[in-house]
Amino acid sequence: MEKLIRSGSNTMKRDLLLFIGFSVLIMVAPQLFAGGYLMNVLVFVGINTMLAIALNLLLGYAGQISLGHAGFFGLGAYISGILTTTFSLNPWLAMPIAALAVGCLAGVIGFPILKLKGHYLAMASLGLGIIMYIVFNETVELTGGPSGLSGIPNMKLAGVSFDSDVKNYYLIWGFTLAVMLFSINLANSRVGRALRAVHDSEVAAQVLGVNARLLKVQIFALSAIISSLAGSLYAHTMTFISPASFGFNFSIELLTMVVIGGLGSIYGSFLGAALLTLLPEILRGANDYDIIIYGGLLVLMVMYMPGGLVRGIPDLFKKIFKPKGGADHA
Amino acid sequence: MLEVSGITQIFGGVTALDSVSFAISAGDITGVIGPNGAGKTTLFNIITGIYRQTAGTVHLEGKNVTGLPPEKLARLAMVRTFQNIELFGGMTVLENVMVGMHTKSSAGLLACAFKMPWSISEERRIREGAMKWLEFTGIVDLADHVAGSLPFGKGRLLEIARALAVEPRIILMDEPAAGLNSQETVGLAQLIKQIRDTGITVVLVEHDMELVMDICDRIIVLNLGTKLAEGTPREIQESSAVIAAYLGDDD
Amino acid sequence: MQFDQILQYTLSGLSTGAIYALIGIGFSIIYNATGIINFAQGEFVMLGGLLTLSCLELLALPLWAAVPCAIAVSTVVGILFERLAIRPLKQPTPINLVIITIGGSILIRGLAMLVWGKDTHAIPAFSGDVPISVGGATILPQHLWILAITLVTICINKIYFYHTISGKAMRACSYNRRAAGLVGIDVRRMVLFSFIISSAMGAVAGIIVAPLTMTAYDVGVMLGLKGFCAAIIGGMSSGLSTVIGGLLLGVLESLGAGLISSGYKDAIAFIILLLILFIRPQGLFGKADSERV
Repeated sequence: MEKLIRSGSNTMKRDLLLFIGFSVLIMVAPQLFAGGYLMNVLVFVGINTMLAIALNLLLGYAGQISLGHAGFFGLGAYISGILTTTFSLNPWLAMPIAALAVGCLAGVIGFPILKLKGHYLAMASLGLGIIMYIVFNETVELTGGPSGLSGIPNMKLAGVSFDSDVKNYYLIWGFTLAVMLFSINLANSRVGRALRAVHDSEVAAQVLGVNARLLKVQIFALSAIISSLAGSLYAHTMTFISPASFGFNFSIELLTMVVIGGLGSIYGSFLGAALLTLLPEILRGANDYDIIIYGGLLVLMVMYMPGGLVRGIPDLFKKIFKPKGGADHA
Repeated sequence: MLEVSGITQIFGGVTALDSVSFAISAGDITGVIGPNGAGKTTLFNIITGIYRQTAGTVHLEGKNVTGLPPEKLARLAMVRTFQNIELFGGMTVLENVMVGMHTKSSAGLLACAFKMPWSISEERRIREGAMKWLEFTGIVDLADHVAGSLPFGKGRLLEIARALAVEPRIILMDEPAAGLNSQETVGLAQLIKQIRDTGITVVLVEHDMELVMDICDRIIVLNLGTKLAEGTPREIQESSAVIAAYLGDDD
Repeated sequence: MQFDQILQYTLSGLSTGAIYALIGIGFSIIYNATGIINFAQGEFVMLGGLLTLSCLELLALPLWAAVPCAIAVSTVVGILFERLAIRPLKQPTPINLVIITIGGSILIRGLAMLVWGKDTHAIPAFSGDVPISVGGATILPQHLWILAITLVTICINKIYFYHTISGKAMRACSYNRRAAGLVGIDVRRMVLFSFIISSAMGAVAGIIVAPLTMTAYDVGVMLGLKGFCAAIIGGMSSGLSTVIGGLLLGVLESLGAGLISSGYKDAIAFIILLLILFIRPQGLFGKADSERV
C-alpha cells in the first residue's frame, strides 16, 4: 500500500519532469529555427494548442462535444479588439475583461445547452457558433463587419512591445505553457477525476455525489475562457481580425486537432494543433485542398486510431517491432 | 432509517408501482425480492433519485428527501450500486474509488488547477482513503489496473468499494450477486455482513434466494408493483401469499 | 400594400420551407433507423444540384433524364458513405459518429470542390422564368415545381412507410431496433435503406432548389443545418410534423429577412433551433416524456 501511494507521487514527478522538458524545448526552439517565417507559424501553433486544449477539456475529459468553439475564440478576439481600439483600453485590461464576459456568457448558456446530449449537443453548439459568427458579421458599427477590425495594438510589457514574431512567440507560448500546466494539474485532480467519471458513467458519478450538471457547466465556462484568452492574444498579435477566422470551419478544424492528437491528452492537443497548423504550410500550393485532407484525416483517425496520435503511434510501434524485436532483443 | 410511503410510479399509463410503503431500520440487512417485473429496480431508482415518482414520499433519517437528485443523497450518506456494474471503465481501479471520496473532499476547480497546498494534502488523503476501501473489499492488488478490463466479479467488488468510499450510512445494492459464480457469491455474503457490522444499513434487491435468506434480517416482497409481504426470512418462507406469487414464476 | 409584401414573403418562404422539409425528413429517417444525426445530409443536397448541372452540360442530357441520373448518383454516394464510413466503425459512440459524419461531409464537400471548382453555378428553371401573379404577389414557376415535387416525394415516402413490407420493417426499427432484430428484420439492411432514401431525398431537394438559388460545392452546409432545424421543430418525425416544421421555418425566415433584416436571416433558424432544443426538445408537436428526471 505504501508503495502504491508513493507510486502516485512518482507519477506526479514524472508529469512534472515531462512538462519541464517540454517547456525547455519550446523555449530554445527559436534558437533552432531562426527563420522568421517559421516563427510566425509557430506562434499559431501556440494559439491553436491553447484552443485545442480548451476543447479537449470539454470533449476529451468531460465527454461533451462543442462545434461552436470558434465563436468563443472570436468573441475574445473581438471584445479585446474593440476595447483596445474604440475605447483605447490597455490590452492587459481588455484581455481579462473579455475572458470574464465570455466565461459568464458560457456559464449562462451552459445550463440549458449541456442538458442536451450527443448529437443534439453537437447541433446546438454548432448553432450557437454560427449565431456568434453572424453577429460578428452584422454588427458593422462595432466589429467592422466582414471587412474586419484593424489597428489593434500589440501587447506591451515593461516598455517592450510585442511586435515581432520572436517576441510574440515567447508571449504566446508563455500563456500556452501556463494553460498546459493548468490543464495537466486539473486533469490529475479531484475535479479531473470527477469529469472523467461523468464521461464514463454520468449516473454512477451522480450517485457518488458528483454534481454532474454543475461540473459540466463549469468546465464549459472554463473552456470558453481559455478560448477567449487565445482570441485576445490572437487579436493583439495579428493586429487585424475578421469574421472569416471564427467560422464553422474553424470549429471543425479545432475538433480535428483534438481528435487527431488524442481525446483526453494535453500533449495530444499540442500534437494535433502542431500537425494541423504545419500541414497547410507543408502542402503549400495545395492550399485549397487542405479541406479534403482534414475530412480524410477525421474519418481515418476515428476508424483506425480512435485514441489519437498520442496513443496510436506507440501502439503502431509495438505492432511493428514486437514480433521481431521480441525475439532479437528480449 | 429509510421510510418510503405511498410510492406510485406510472410509466405511460402502466402502473409499475402502486402505493408501496415500508420502513427500514438502521443496522439491518433488508432484502427486497419479487418476481421479474415486480418493480424492484424501479423502486430503487426512485429512492435513489434517478427517477421521479408519480406520487409518494421518501424520508431518510427523518428528513424528507423526496425528489432530491442522487448527488444530494450521496451527501446525506445514501449510496447505491447498479445491477450492471457502472464502473468508470477508462480509469484505474484506484481512481474509481477516489471518485467515491468526492463528497469527502472539497478542492474546487481553481484550487486543483493551481495546485494549492491544501489541495495537494487533500489529494494524498483521498488516495490513502481509497486504498483503505480497496483493502476492505480485498482488491488492493488490482489498484493500478484499468477498471474496464476487470472480470465481472472483481468489478462488482470495485463498485462496492467505490460506494463505501462515500462513507454512507445506508447502501442500496441492486442485484449484487447477479453474474457472480457460487464462490464469489459466498464471498459477497461475507462482505455484506462485514459492511453491516461497520454500522452501515444495507438494502438489497436480489434474485438469489439462498443469499437473501442467509444474510437478511428482514425481507420485503413485491409483486406486480405492490407490497405483498414483509417480515423475517422465516416468516416470508412460510407465507402462503408469497409462495403463490412465486409458483406462477419460473425463476 | 403591407399585405402584399407579407403575402410575397410568405409565398417564397413556403417554397424554401418545402426544401427544408425534404432535407429534414432525410435527417429524421436516418435518425429513426440508426440514432445517428447525419451531418453529411446537406452534402447530398449539394450533390443533387451539381450532378444535375453536369448531366445537363457535360452529358447534354435533357432535364427529364438528368434529374433521375443525378438522384441515382447521389444515392450511390449515400450507399458508399454508409458502407465505408458508418458500418465499419468499431466504437459507434455518439461522439465518434458525430465526428465521422462531419469528416465524411467535409470529404464529400472537398471532392465536390475538386470536381466543380469554387464557382457558383446556375441551373435553368424547369419551365421558364415568367413570373405568375397571385393576389398582388408574384411567384416563379419554379416555386410551384418545388411545392409540387415536395408533395409528390412526401406522398411516395408515406406509401413506402405504410404500405410496403420494407417500409413497415423500417418503422419497426425506429420504434425498437433490438425488438425489430429479434423478430427477424435485418436491421443493418434497414440502416442502408435509410441512407438510400435520405440521400435520394436530399438530392431531390438540391435539384429543385438549384434553379432558384444557384448552387456551389458548399451550399450543403447551410441547407443541411436548416433542414435539421426543421426536423427538430417536427420532433425528428419523418412525416407531417417535420413538413410543418420546414414550412414554418421557411416562412419565418422569409418574413424575418424581409421585415427585419436580411443579414440576420440565417440567425433566425439557429435561434429557433436553440429555443426548441432548450424548451421543447421533443419538438413543437411532440408529447413530453417526463418520467425520467
